[in-house]
Amino acid sequence: MCGIVGLYLKNPSLHDEIGKLFAPMMVAMTNRGPDSAGFAVYGDEVSEGIKLTLQHEEADYLWHELQAELESTYGGAVQMDVYSEAGAAVLKINASEEGIRSYLETNHPEVSVMSVGVSIEILKGMGLPEDVITRFGLSGMKGSHIIGHTRMATESAVTTEGSHPFTTGMDLCLAHNGSLSNHNRLRVELQREGIHFNTENDSEVAAGYLTWRLQEGDTLKQALESSLDVLDGFFTFVVGTQNGFAVIRDPIACKPAVMAETDDYVAFASEYHALADLPGIENAKLWEPEPATVYSWGGDAE
Amino acid sequence: MTTVDLTQSSVRELNQALHDLPKDATGEWTVNGTKGEHAVACGIDAPLDVTINGHAGYYAAGMNQQANVVINGNVGVGVAENMMSGRVHVKGNASQAAGATAHGGLLVIDGDAAARCGISMKGANIVVKGSIGHMSCFMGQAGCLVVCGDAGDALGDSMYEVHIYVKGTVKSLGADVVEKEMRAEHIEELGNLLSEAGVDDDPANFKRYGSARNLYNFHIDDAKL
Repeated sequence: MCGIVGLYLKNPSLHDEIGKLFAPMMVAMTNRGPDSAGFAVYGDEVSEGIKLTLQHEEADYLWHELQAELESTYGGAVQMDVYSEAGAAVLKINASEEGIRSYLETNHPEVSVMSVGVSIEILKGMGLPEDVITRFGLSGMKGSHIIGHTRMATESAVTTEGSHPFTTGMDLCLAHNGSLSNHNRLRVELQREGIHFNTENDSEVAAGYLTWRLQEGDTLKQALESSLDVLDGFFTFVVGTQNGFAVIRDPIACKPAVMAETDDYVAFASEYHALADLPGIENAKLWEPEPATVYSWGGDAE
Repeated sequence: MTTVDLTQSSVRELNQALHDLPKDATGEWTVNGTKGEHAVACGIDAPLDVTINGHAGYYAAGMNQQANVVINGNVGVGVAENMMSGRVHVKGNASQAAGATAHGGLLVIDGDAAARCGISMKGANIVVKGSIGHMSCFMGQAGCLVVCGDAGDALGDSMYEVHIYVKGTVKSLGADVVEKEMRAEHIEELGNLLSEAGVDDDPANFKRYGSARNLYNFHIDDAKL
């Protein structure tokens, strides 16, 4: 089943409130996905270097020891914002993506890299959506756009790693409702193109496909349009990039979707009741996205 | 008149109160604060007048018998699914599978209906003032589906005996569906449905579609009935 929600703010004066607006949307999707939940928030952009979202099985992992170690290794200021109840931290560092990834893989294989980019933070965990978002303090977060997922697992195990949203490239994330049937072969083909996967999950393959197409020079819209020919299965995808936000459904449109747009925001949900508490919803343009049609907003999404 | 606010009481309490009424109960019910809740006013079996103010979620007024339900808003998947009798009127748009498997009664949608409108309908009448999505009336068995706008792909795929009337364009017809002649009885039938649904239009502006009756299920040569 699964639930997806997304919120893209057109009005920058609402950026301080994105978490407060979005938290009830996640909770409203509990019935569609009580196993685990996650969200990707875009904001707090780093002006130099990159930021990574890191996760560790133990909630009391000593992130500051890792921070000190990275400071001495990389010889500069390294910032580490810790989500103390969630075993997660956001690392801001002046390093290359490949460099820091391989350092962590070699020296701290117990630390998982959930996202890499200049703006994105992917935060996810097992349990009811309300518990997950409370652990991360979602309600107080700021940002420009945000995509969330509540999972009822079908294709792979209920784990933090198997929770959505997925990413396979800088600042890209994808949340999926549905299931793909040709992901195994496609994963092998994408691995040959140099795309790395962390799980056996079908949705991660869709994220990997988009990463590959974007690397090849496609716009997000082109990448999504071509995914209709390549991906076999049921899907409603909500995709985020550094500045962009997009929605697409498979040609059969088995999985539900409803959208709302006002002068202030674009919102997506699997079911309307996740949108019901948004400000101005009573006068919003409300519609059901057409099958096999890309809807996109923002800089690099066009 | 009874007014129920779903921000104060649950859908289960509302539906139970409606179910507890005798089959000949009359009266007006107003439901506020729906906020997209699922299964609002499902399973009514009494000639009530029910007004739902706000958007409703899945299966709104599902399994309706006798009641006249008006929804001042949009509805999610499966509005009036399996309706047996009565009337359900959606003032906004409807999501997928509107009127699915409905046996009787009239479903009127003022806006558009998404994919699979009237899927497997079994005798109800559906009038959509806007357009409908793909695979509508799939395996439709009986009743009428009237569309004042356009129809999406594969209209009426594998259908049986529903009378489909479309005023606008049909993106594509489903398997075994053909355009059929509008005879006098069809003009009369459509005219009655349009006036019942409050549509001021000339039935002569519509085209009729139906089953060519060429699929294997119409030629079961080894069946011993």
